[in-house]
Amino acid sequence: MSSASDQSRLTKTFTELRRNKSKALVSFITVGDPSLDHTLECLQGLVEGGVDILELGIPFSDPEAEGPSIQAANERALKGGATLKDVLDQVKLFRKKNTDTPIVLMGYLNSIIAMSDFEKRASEAGVDGLIMVNLPPEEGEKIAQPLAAQSIDLIYLLAPTTTKERSKEIVEVASGFLYYVSLKGITGADHFDSVEVTRKVKELKELTDLPICVGFGIKDGETAKKIAPHADGIVVGSAFVDLVAKGGSPTEISARLKEKASELRVSIDSTKAP
Amino acid sequence: MAEKIETEFYDAPSKGGYFGEYGGRFVAETLTHALNELSDLYDKAQRDPQFKREFHHDLNHFVGRPTSLYFAKRFTGLLGGAKVYLKREDLNHTGAHKICNTVGQALLAKRMGKPRVIAETGAGQHGVATATIAARLGLECDVYMGAEDVKRQSLNVYRMKLMGANVIPVSSGSRTLKDALNEAMRDWVTNVDNTHYIIGTVAGPHPYPMIVRDFASVIGQEARAQMLEREGRLPDTVVACVGGGSNAMGIFYPFVNDSSVSLVGVEAGGNGLQTGEHAAPLNEGKVGVLHGNRTYLMCDDDGQINETHSISAGLDYPGVGPEHAHLKDIGRATYSSATDVEAMEAFRMMNKSEGILAALETSHALAWVVKNAPAMKESEIILVNLSGRGDKDILTVAEIDGITL
Ligand SMILES: Cc1ncc(COP(=O)(O)O)c(C=O)c1O
Repeated sequence: MSSASDQSRLTKTFTELRRNKSKALVSFITVGDPSLDHTLECLQGLVEGGVDILELGIPFSDPEAEGPSIQAANERALKGGATLKDVLDQVKLFRKKNTDTPIVLMGYLNSIIAMSDFEKRASEAGVDGLIMVNLPPEEGEKIAQPLAAQSIDLIYLLAPTTTKERSKEIVEVASGFLYYVSLKGITGADHFDSVEVTRKVKELKELTDLPICVGFGIKDGETAKKIAPHADGIVVGSAFVDLVAKGGSPTEISARLKEKASELRVSIDSTKAP
Repeated sequence: MAEKIETEFYDAPSKGGYFGEYGGRFVAETLTHALNELSDLYDKAQRDPQFKREFHHDLNHFVGRPTSLYFAKRFTGLLGGAKVYLKREDLNHTGAHKICNTVGQALLAKRMGKPRVIAETGAGQHGVATATIAARLGLECDVYMGAEDVKRQSLNVYRMKLMGANVIPVSSGSRTLKDALNEAMRDWVTNVDNTHYIIGTVAGPHPYPMIVRDFASVIGQEARAQMLEREGRLPDTVVACVGGGSNAMGIFYPFVNDSSVSLVGVEAGGNGLQTGEHAAPLNEGKVGVLHGNRTYLMCDDDGQINETHSISAGLDYPGVGPEHAHLKDIGRATYSSATDVEAMEAFRMMNKSEGILAALETSHALAWVVKNAPAMKESEIILVNLSGRGDKDILTVAEIDGITL
């Protein structure tokens, strides 16, 4: 076992949350949306509002699994000129002020293929985990090794259509946490079935001790409340991105994000076991 | 259905869907199950004589196959070199090679008990082919089409609607074929239980590149047999245009093990490769991952997919089927390009010398012939995949000629 000091930020965060019988609030926004000048302040607002883990979208021209909200976020960020290099620069800036909150990058494989030495540069910037939407475990082997060498967790997604057999295989190679995609569909969809999600998460819990976060389709405190008791974390994306889309100065947008995060935080904490 | 060509020399793809280092299955987790199901079902269908009979029955009686192998005598005379034969895919029902794949895949959808099919389309040819077979089999059909293309291809849009399909304009990204493909993937991920996605070319995640190739390779099988009957020998060169690469794979595949036959794919050179305004990833692209597979792509240093340009909407795509990437790397096929202007010249020559109105996509393959046949010996034979007819392009051509119809 490694000593507490060389535990990853993700492990530390989940250990701490478990000790407090609390659940992780994971937020998603796209870096550079609406401009690179906004990102740092937005991230700080989210953390102040009670976010435990920051998921940052790498802007991509062809985000296949995203719904309209996050597609539009990608378009805004690209219009503002944001690149993967900028994403890493924003992480570096954030790390100057915050060395505790885990950062997980989320995006599509072509972005990281285009950057030589991505793993090393991401690690140096202060990235803790990576979610590649279009990288199932069968294809992940090649990048898993170099990521592990830089202590970056490769986080895999599980879906309602993932069979039990396959789930067993995925938990074997996963690290950091597991991301359970709560519905058949794209980000921001609204056909969420909390009973089915709960059943599925329970099933996964029997297979692994890794934390399980649930995302896709959670937009408000009500839904978060239903899921939080059964999972280790809740991922909220489109709802935050929609608040960014309303526009305004970095301070204005950041305040909006902070307020939404606090609201979700309260809902999640209201379900805390005594 | 296509016979599997099993030799030691060429046996791609691998079980995981790799053609050398290209292909694979880069998709959101939700789709993995559906792709596994499709692989299993296809595997069974391939070994089922009943499926083969159904496929060929529809190709013969509904599509009108086999298509003819035609010696283009005046075109050959005009160029003064190699003998040019045309595999007349323009004579298919709906006017292009695309229908072979849609018939095969719609039969697979039936077998899976899925009542709904979806498709992406650029020029509208694949959309029309899908709407057609959906009507014939009583399947519900939604076709995604870039908002730009909906405007440019109004005839095909209306044609799809007449057959009961729903055409959904896509306003995200560059509002063209690649975005239509993204949107179709999003639909599929959401409706995977009752929907089969009929991809229109040899791209996408495994098993699509293999399935589409196998269904399309009826073209090469017929052409190979017809050529042996007519000339008593194989052609020296087989030429086809390459968008995603289905008509090219369809005619190349049955010749892959014939080492005396050279295979030439022709990409869209647009305004010229040096201008960057083209759709020629095999000539000028880099290796990356898009739409479920690893292949050559047109993208920038940050991995963002570039907008492409071609006079022909059917070639206006930033990627290319992974098997072509493999054939290029192993040197089994070569890939050239033709500009918009060269394609237009070839288009006009074919009209006037043979009375055949070729599609603008196809005209890129013809442009290669115009350029290269004169330097070849009269005893040599070129086989061209005349992938489709140009009726759909008449408005575009008239516009170039400054005529309003
Ligand atoms: C007549 C014709 N040829 C060629 C193509 C290009 O597709 P592929 O490269 O898959 O054959 C199209 C696409 O619409 C087409 O309509």
